Amino acid sequence: MEYLKAFIIGGLICVIGQILMDATKLTPAHILVIFVTSGVILTAIGIYEPLIDFAQAGASVPLTGFGYALCNGAFEGVKKSGLIGAFTGGLEATAGGIAGAIIFGYIMSIVSNPKTKD
Amino acid sequence: MTLKRIGTQTVKLENPPSIISTASIVGPKEGEGPLKEYFDMILEDDLWGQESWEKCESKLQEEAVKMALTNAELTESDINYLFSGDLLNQIISSSYCARQLSMPYFGLYGACSTMAQSLSLGAMTIDGGFADYVACVTSSHFSSAERQFRYPLEFGNQRPFSSQWTITGSGAAIVSSTGNGPFVTYVTTGKVIDAGIKDVNNMGAAMAPAAVDTISNHFKDTGYTPDDYDLIITGDLGFVGKDITSDLLKQEGYDISEVFNDSGIKIFAHKEQDTHAGGSGCGCSAVVFAGYVYKELLKGSLNKVLLISTGALHSPISTQQGESIPGIAHAVTISNSKE
Amino acid sequence: MDRLNKKEYEKYAEKKIPTPTYFKNIFWAFVVGGGICVLGQFIRNWLFSRGLNEKQVAAGTSIMLVFIGAFLTGIGVYDRLGKVAGAGSIVPITGFANSIVSPAMEFKREGYVFGVAARMFTIAGPVLVYGIGSSILVGIIYLLFGGGK
Repeated sequence: MEYLKAFIIGGLICVIGQILMDATKLTPAHILVIFVTSGVILTAIGIYEPLIDFAQAGASVPLTGFGYALCNGAFEGVKKSGLIGAFTGGLEATAGGIAGAIIFGYIMSIVSNPKTKD
Repeated sequence: MTLKRIGTQTVKLENPPSIISTASIVGPKEGEGPLKEYFDMILEDDLWGQESWEKCESKLQEEAVKMALTNAELTESDINYLFSGDLLNQIISSSYCARQLSMPYFGLYGACSTMAQSLSLGAMTIDGGFADYVACVTSSHFSSAERQFRYPLEFGNQRPFSSQWTITGSGAAIVSSTGNGPFVTYVTTGKVIDAGIKDVNNMGAAMAPAAVDTISNHFKDTGYTPDDYDLIITGDLGFVGKDITSDLLKQEGYDISEVFNDSGIKIFAHKEQDTHAGGSGCGCSAVVFAGYVYKELLKGSLNKVLLISTGALHSPISTQQGESIPGIAHAVTISNSKE
Repeated sequence: MDRLNKKEYEKYAEKKIPTPTYFKNIFWAFVVGGGICVLGQFIRNWLFSRGLNEKQVAAGTSIMLVFIGAFLTGIGVYDRLGKVAGAGSIVPITGFANSIVSPAMEFKREGYVFGVAARMFTIAGPVLVYGIGSSILVGIIYLLFGGGK
């Protein structure tokens, strides 16, 4: 059941991105920025948390979930250490993914070369 | 005192120079297209043993010039001028090609209009009595253009239906003061026309007004009508741009639909090869001209062709700054008779 | 051509563009995007079963999905997936990895400092700037409204 929920909610979030891209000519970079920022805002106003509880990975894997982790991290940081926490909390919560992307990206660039599209 | 100008934008060449040879080299994808029989060489691998796409593009130009020289039985030292250009920043493909060839060199930038631009300048230089042999060449490479203008190759984006596919290939022509044709008889140089299009995925619509302007002025200046031509072929307008050009020319009073085609449409089987609105790039009109058009002229199945190479004169920076895309189109009449 | 009205022409040109295949695009975005989330759910459940806590599971899932995205980019599969799936493969965190790995690979020939390392963030950089920036902002607002200790 949780797999089905993840599939449907995750799929729907991607569909929103697809409609935005097809209808407005926004570039993928714009879409990613919009999604992560909306994730932060939706979490801050309390809308995204219930979605995470309902769909788990379906809400945390799309980039809005990255925004959720950033916002949640910042809130926890504030609870723990006040103003400093607002600065450190978001990055702390998402450090794994960012660090992973950097190191895997670097390794991939060493071991493989881009190929022409066909 | 100008002796050879007619009308507002056209030159009538008094002693029409002859295109004595051409050469075309294309990448693997272009080599699977409907024009494959016409190309002199088809690469199996689009890096061609080079370290970078840029180096490969430079080699494409160099080998195309050498091949055209061989076809004309000339050597590098016979060439008085090399006119060449490409799409990359600071036209590195052309300059690095010219570095390998010892020829006096004029580097051109006209985006995808470079083939007609170089033929125009080459033909006028010869008719003016400044040269006996000139080489005109241009190139583009899908992967070098993609990384400069769009996204990294491995980025998982979707290409809109109006977008075009940059040709990997180079076309070269040797133009001579003597020879039996085909001849360059008229040169109509385009003005920069900006129709206000900002969508970089719709280059055809950005360039179409320039093509319309140049074609209609060509007819006004020369007194020709569409019936005088066997083929009117634009550079890389694609399906969208060709459609618009046809429409707008009708409004100007010229119905060219009987003889009108576009290099970007001719070069691919678009459904099967998934190239959306058509081919594009400097190499597009270059290889279609040097391959298909030239060989059909030699066979005599075409006798008089108007080649209009179309270019979009924007850069990634102008696009990011929200500027619209200016278009340009240059036309040359290539005919089996000197008339 | 001098009497071309730019506004009218833009509208006219817009009409000439073939419309995107909305239904097909949405279908594949849904299927692939949903599929990647199911994969994420599978990894989550597996990490929980190994006895990790919520925070470790969240970080671990991200890292593993980022690895999968990076790997598929490296072997040249992710761009093919993206051609079909569109936002379905851009929006999940694997797409974030693709946006980092693809320029890193592409610009290797420009060197490991100005090429790989500098270009890595051409697309992901803005995501981090706006994501982290807005999280700090909402953190401060939260603090001001008494969310602290």
